[in-house]
Amino acid sequence: MDLSSISPTLLLASLMVAATPILLAALGELVVERAGVLNLGVEGMMITGAICGFAIAVNTGSPLLGFAAAAVGGALLSLLFALLTQIALANHVASGLALTLFGLGLSALLGQGYVGIKPPPTGKLDIPLLSDIPFFGPVLFSHDIMVYVGLALTLAVWVMLKHTRIGLILRAVGENHDAAHALGYKVVRVRIMAILFGGACAGLGGAYISLIRVPQWTEGMTAGAGWIALALVVFASWKAGRVLLGAYLFGGVTVLQLNLQAAGVALPVEYLSMSPYVITILVLVIMSADRSRAPASLGRTFHASG
Amino acid sequence: MKLTRLLTGAALALGLAGAAVADDKTKVGFIYVGPIGDGGWTYEHDKGRLAVEEHFGDKVETVYQESVPEGADAERAITQMALQGADLIFTTSFGYMDPTVNVAAKFPNVKFEHATGYKTADNVSTYSARFYEGRAIQGHIAGKMTKSNIIGYIASYPIPEVIRGINSAYIHAKKVNPDVEFKIIWAFTWFDPAKEADAATALIEQGADVILQHTDSTAPQAAAEKAGGVITFGQASDMSEYAPFPRVSSIIDNWAPYYIARTQAVMDGTWESVQTWDGISTGMVGIGEITDAVPEDVKAEALAMKAAIAAGEYHPFTGPLKKQDGSDWLAEGKVADDGTLLGMNFYVEGLTGEIPQ
Repeated sequence: MDLSSISPTLLLASLMVAATPILLAALGELVVERAGVLNLGVEGMMITGAICGFAIAVNTGSPLLGFAAAAVGGALLSLLFALLTQIALANHVASGLALTLFGLGLSALLGQGYVGIKPPPTGKLDIPLLSDIPFFGPVLFSHDIMVYVGLALTLAVWVMLKHTRIGLILRAVGENHDAAHALGYKVVRVRIMAILFGGACAGLGGAYISLIRVPQWTEGMTAGAGWIALALVVFASWKAGRVLLGAYLFGGVTVLQLNLQAAGVALPVEYLSMSPYVITILVLVIMSADRSRAPASLGRTFHASG
Repeated sequence: MKLTRLLTGAALALGLAGAAVADDKTKVGFIYVGPIGDGGWTYEHDKGRLAVEEHFGDKVETVYQESVPEGADAERAITQMALQGADLIFTTSFGYMDPTVNVAAKFPNVKFEHATGYKTADNVSTYSARFYEGRAIQGHIAGKMTKSNIIGYIASYPIPEVIRGINSAYIHAKKVNPDVEFKIIWAFTWFDPAKEADAATALIEQGADVILQHTDSTAPQAAAEKAGGVITFGQASDMSEYAPFPRVSSIIDNWAPYYIARTQAVMDGTWESVQTWDGISTGMVGIGEITDAVPEDVKAEALAMKAAIAAGEYHPFTGPLKKQDGSDWLAEGKVADDGTLLGMNFYVEGLTGEIPQ
């Protein structure tokens, strides 16, 4: 065992990379669930975003355009879910699961011509001066732009939900859609907007995997990240700050366990492999002891005649 | 009563007609563990399938199913393929071993071929390639090329096949570079690009400047390219999109000749249960082009080793070798027997860490 071979600086830096896809997807799902909609299609939207972003980035040579396309792709797919659940009043759970399966199939189809191709590299934002600071430089100031987008989005979602009128309406719709409707808010419209936002965020998360973290396209490459994001929202008790904490914790332990293995720690590998899940759930369960609960209308179908 | 009999008769006639139609084409099925676009293991098996189609033309029909999870669900997928009328089914991952044997017992007229397993039956053959021969060559190049003396190894599952590869690569890296050290990460997956990329990154951050892998995607190549100055090898497939650097050579699985021969055997009615384990000598294991990133002399040595293995003059597991715990395994000049290699569950001396049980 040689723990000194693990560099805390590099560990923290790669933690942020490992956490970003889950963070992006979970933030989107947080907003969706706060509006009272349970969309289990995160995995499907992520993988669709992964291929849309990859295809556009390869064809245009611009990773940023790729990310934009990923957001659009994810949102378009989530529109299908919005139509099913908000207009056709289909069951949320079944529609969400169907969306995941559909997204996995659709992405495999779209991606057929993109196997074995390398995407254009996404540059790192080496901020002058700041990135030269020992320790903090590499950890905080020399990432690709999407890491900062993830952080900024966390802040934005938190402010939006907590301190703005839009957030208030969104939460009202999620807590009691009948009351919100009686007050004159357009419940269906609010929810569709939230679903589209969730789809766009999931798409960004997927594209982060295919354009930066891996970077290449292969079928099924999100490998369950969408489900982890879903679980994270619940364990973070629908709070943006805790989603960030959970995502970084999960990403951190994931990277740490690989590093511990490489350093030859004498712990059985199976325990190390499950540790990200166990530790993240444990910490968030302990933190959610303040009885935060799910939005009251979560997963319930709304119709104005109700 | 009459109607029932009539219907039964009609059904029988239809069934016979169906069988007659099926008979003039040999149907060959393939069960894959990953997507055919993985760029590695499954991709090469599918190239073998396409070669069968090309070779036999209208005389065969091939079917395949991708991304079949190992374990119970595999049994369902294999059964379904047998029910669809496949005459010969190749199941191409170690974890399909028991499902294959189980299904084979239910379909005595269908021939089964299981890749990398060791259980056989009257209608079940096994086939595998001596990848360790290729890994010996990779190990040699790796040992010569590493500057940090740290070689990272992304392992999949703790099965003999994978352990054999680690040992073979280590023995030959150590032989040319006594200071070399292996850092091993068990990924517990054959195919998960994000995890493979993370594992490669973790190894690189801990100083590895050579990454060997026993997982199927090209994600480690991409991670190495991003890190710069790290060399990798193609696994299962050439992965030449990353040549000449970071990918400096590769082990290529070439299943096509075997698949064609076995399909021919089914057509001729000469198929028998066999245990095939071929390597460099028959071309089942290929060594991808060694690029100019490797110094001339190292390249020459690697090619000489390849020639010696092909000619049967050199065996990668030749004594003196000890096990990890220091106990004797092979005496000077002794060569490992296939039984030990097929069931290998120990590290050789010098490797650190434990094999997950």
